[in-house]
Amino acid sequence: MDEDAGSMERVFNCGASAVVTKSIGLEPKEGYPNPTVVELEYGILNAMGLSNPGINQYGKEIEVLKKLKFPIIGSIFGSSLKEFVEIADKMENFGVNAIELNMSCPHAKGYGLEIGSDSKLVEEITTKVKESIKIPVFIKLSSNLPSITEIARSAEKGGADGIVAINTVKAMKIDLELKIPILSNKIGGYSGKAIKPIGVRCVYEISKSIEIPVIGVGGITTGEDALEYIMAGASAVQIGSGIYYRGIDVFKNICKEMETWMKDNGYNDISKLIGVAHK
Amino acid sequence: MNYPKITKIKDIKKENSDVKTLFFDFLKETRPGQFFMIWVPTIDEIPMSISYIDNNAKGITFRRVGDATNALFDLKIGDKLGIRGPYGNGFNLTGKKVLFVGGGTGIATLAPTVEKAIDNKISATVILGAKNKNELFFEERLKKYGADIKISTDDGSIGFKGFATDLSKELLKKEKFDSIITCGPEIMMKNLFDISKYIPFQASLERYIKCGIGICGQCCVGKGLRVCEEGPVFDRKKLKNIEDFGIFKRDAAGRKVKF
Repeated sequence: MDEDAGSMERVFNCGASAVVTKSIGLEPKEGYPNPTVVELEYGILNAMGLSNPGINQYGKEIEVLKKLKFPIIGSIFGSSLKEFVEIADKMENFGVNAIELNMSCPHAKGYGLEIGSDSKLVEEITTKVKESIKIPVFIKLSSNLPSITEIARSAEKGGADGIVAINTVKAMKIDLELKIPILSNKIGGYSGKAIKPIGVRCVYEISKSIEIPVIGVGGITTGEDALEYIMAGASAVQIGSGIYYRGIDVFKNICKEMETWMKDNGYNDISKLIGVAHK
Repeated sequence: MNYPKITKIKDIKKENSDVKTLFFDFLKETRPGQFFMIWVPTIDEIPMSISYIDNNAKGITFRRVGDATNALFDLKIGDKLGIRGPYGNGFNLTGKKVLFVGGGTGIATLAPTVEKAIDNKISATVILGAKNKNELFFEERLKKYGADIKISTDDGSIGFKGFATDLSKELLKKEKFDSIITCGPEIMMKNLFDISKYIPFQASLERYIKCGIGICGQCCVGKGLRVCEEGPVFDRKKLKNIEDFGIFKRDAAGRKVKF
């Protein structure tokens, strides 16, 4: 979801507090041919190929959304420092409330993780984007790194306002009968229940080593999952594949489940739970 | 599990020079109007409505227009396909007298619903719209099953000369129908929607579908309605609120493309 204004409005009306757009690049991109998505036993594997209408066209979607006055986080990707700055500028001018730099897409050559695994580049891009725009900047990182905390520290040094962890995890599925990978791109990113423990570990490690807030993402389908991320140190969470497992109302339902848990356990302030697992 | 099941083609039928039906074993229950994601290994995976529904076997009927359909067209009995689904909602049969309007390959989507209507003792009038008589298919199949077939061709090479909507307009003046069910070019369906104001109406929409399971958002219309999940069939009330209907679709990059 979240490629067009209509679907973002629906997600918001289903209980999300903010929406993150699909990652938008400089030029329109059709993405990879199908199969781009396949459901596996414990998660969903995808390699969409960063398909998006390009930043110039995307203004029209944001224009529609701005009238509805809900928080929009514009996710962007670029292949160079110059591209990141240019797209971030445009996204800010469209009127989004924050920018998320996708430095973690595991299946696009020259983008995403290929940039997000170079700590110097992460710091440099973050610094320049921050200098160029006024709204908050979040950096979305991958778990496919020798040390996610090192990259998170670089982003913090660059002036990032928050870290988003994690993106999908590099994975593959081979069909036994045809003896070929199912995804047209062969390698994809794994999401859903299977990656939750990986995400929780990353959020725990990152939030222990930096001061800026962390947004947790990866395999959240229930209120308990979200609370686990919060206890690991997340100040907010994102949900994607949860839509598949529990329908679009997943947002409303997760909020309700979190409230119930808090009531049952004597909490009325969620900030008291952020990072409690560190003790 | 939404995972392509590798299946061998059991039978092939050539419907006309550019249209073929492929049959394969498929046990799961499917409803008329639903679709499969058909994987042509190493080429593409595309949505395709189900044109034949038997207990054990199912069929898909298509015209060769692009890479995937051309590759499908060249396949032989015994060749392998990946199939997942069925997906989508399917048509809902109501009333005693239904008008079906199929434009081009849209009739492939409608055929199982027409047959189900007749099985349920519902009178089925079918308008088949095509560019010319060489592009027609399924008229014999549906006639034999008991449908009242009316043909329109753009060039008048057979039947009524003009569009399927023109023929529908004439028919609606003369006869009363309890509901209209359509599949075909979206401009045709939109025109039909406009001229049939008060009659219950269902149209099957076609959009670029990637995941087929309601998460990627590629096929969204209106306020986030997923063609693969809440569709592909939408009724009059829903269509009224889909501003895209008959106006634009989105390409693989998500850009709006006018019809």
